Amino acid sequence: MFVPIDETRPAFKSYTLILPAISVGNVGQLAADLIISTLQLQKIGYFHTDGLIPMVGNNPYATSAENANDLSTNAEVYCSKDLKLTVLQIRAPILQTKIKQFRKSIVSWIKSSGFSKTVLLSSSHAYQRDDQQLEGTPLRYLLSPALQQEAGPRIKELEWREMEKVCAFPGISDSEQRLFIPGGGITKGLYTDCCNEDIPMAVVLMFCSEGDNIPDAFALGNYLNDWLHLLSKPAQGSPQWNIPPSWKLLFGGGIPPAIF
Amino acid sequence: MATFFGEVLSVHSRAVEEDDREDEESENEEDVEIRRELEEKRKVHLKWCPEVSQAVEACTDKTLLCSHLIIAVGTNATGFVSAFILNSASWNRVGWLSLWNERNRGSSLVNSPPAPGEPSCMIYQQKEGGSVLICQCTCYVAEDQLFQWTEKVFACLQKRGLTVTVLSDAPIAEYKTSDYHHGSDIPFLRALKTSAYKEVVNCPFLEQPNIVTGLPAAVLCHCQIHGIPAVLYQSYSDVISADSVTMETYKLALTWTKSIKLEPPTTDILQKFTRGCDDVHGNLYT
Repeated sequence: MFVPIDETRPAFKSYTLILPAISVGNVGQLAADLIISTLQLQKIGYFHTDGLIPMVGNNPYATSAENANDLSTNAEVYCSKDLKLTVLQIRAPILQTKIKQFRKSIVSWIKSSGFSKTVLLSSSHAYQRDDQQLEGTPLRYLLSPALQQEAGPRIKELEWREMEKVCAFPGISDSEQRLFIPGGGITKGLYTDCCNEDIPMAVVLMFCSEGDNIPDAFALGNYLNDWLHLLSKPAQGSPQWNIPPSWKLLFGGGIPPAIF
Repeated sequence: MATFFGEVLSVHSRAVEEDDREDEESENEEDVEIRRELEEKRKVHLKWCPEVSQAVEACTDKTLLCSHLIIAVGTNATGFVSAFILNSASWNRVGWLSLWNERNRGSSLVNSPPAPGEPSCMIYQQKEGGSVLICQCTCYVAEDQLFQWTEKVFACLQKRGLTVTVLSDAPIAEYKTSDYHHGSDIPFLRALKTSAYKEVVNCPFLEQPNIVTGLPAAVLCHCQIHGIPAVLYQSYSDVISADSVTMETYKLALTWTKSIKLEPPTTDILQKFTRGCDDVHGNLYT
């Protein structure tokens, strides 16, 4: 459940909510980091849940010595009144036995807050692509029926590719078609829940593999920005994203000289 | 993923499980029952001694007055607390938390305290009704039990006037820094505190991108969200067993604390808490 930092409960009605799925390469979370860090969103609360593994650290978006030691937890909510934007950043894996419960709590919060739309940032295993998906852009989208009318035309203008459905029984082409997002964590489940509950949701995902996923995060951020216009984009090139200090040493610390 | 020799290995993502977990949607009654029994088995139970139980019941909101809760997690943190604080004999054992998981198959009896030497979470209180509680945690608390553990403990304590100090061990291998730490710097302390904690912190703060997980993280998360002043002192060491040098690093954390008095132990007492850890287990040659 959402716990505000101070007594005043923020009003989320007509805001856009962005949240990441814990998915392959952690791309959604990295993209959310870029959004929070670049737009300098203010932390307004926590998502208090027993569904995530606990973790704490110091401020991952520190800009000065004064705010460097602000404690950060496993699920926090950031906001911008000007942009009418809310970001829920999730920093720890979901407990396997609490997945359904966690999805329910997210859906319940979205409904009670009255967000105008929810955008789920996600990724899927690149190695699971079929021959068609190997060509062209690795970026995909999904829209829940409640968001089709509002966002559909703009998405069409951008010429985005909808996430393809696959055969329920591979090899049998006339079998039932179903959504398959391998490596997407709760993406499919949460998207299905939102479709069933008539919640306007968009999934924005990309195919990637585990490794250095920073370029994937930038790509996903740029993709999202083409639609939501969060940052100004120069005539040529990509928007200027700020890398947060927490991205330091992603692949380990200093090397002991004694090994050489 | 195909390897050099041609066999195909399944690739594991660091973020997600491979399977779609669609089987959860099609659970039958038996599966639900098994899941419920497993949840029941993994429940965390908090038991107080009769005197403290009475004190809790006597209070209108069924909570215990506590001005300072000290939680020690890990061999050296608990060893420090045993040698420097609990050894003074002015402490009573007043409660314990019992739990079961794959790494902690302790006593299945919820109502009886753990046997001496058994991994446990024991709670001590100063004699003559002091308001300081110490929780020594030597057992492993699984990821799915951390939230429960924290909620159970804090539900029994009055939030007003409460300060929490967590002492925790961590291996130096998990500490990330751009400059490699030389042997002479180790062990060392790093701290994290909640926004409500306004006292002086006696060591440098834990730098990004380092994080804390496990019981210390669960406690700090809870305290941050509920506005309870709390500080964590994490000791990074290259020794995994009980070690007097690592234990002594925690002195800095509690030296200026008015609510408790540190009593430097004699060499014999210190050896008692570190003895046996130099023994080489499973040595092929002995």
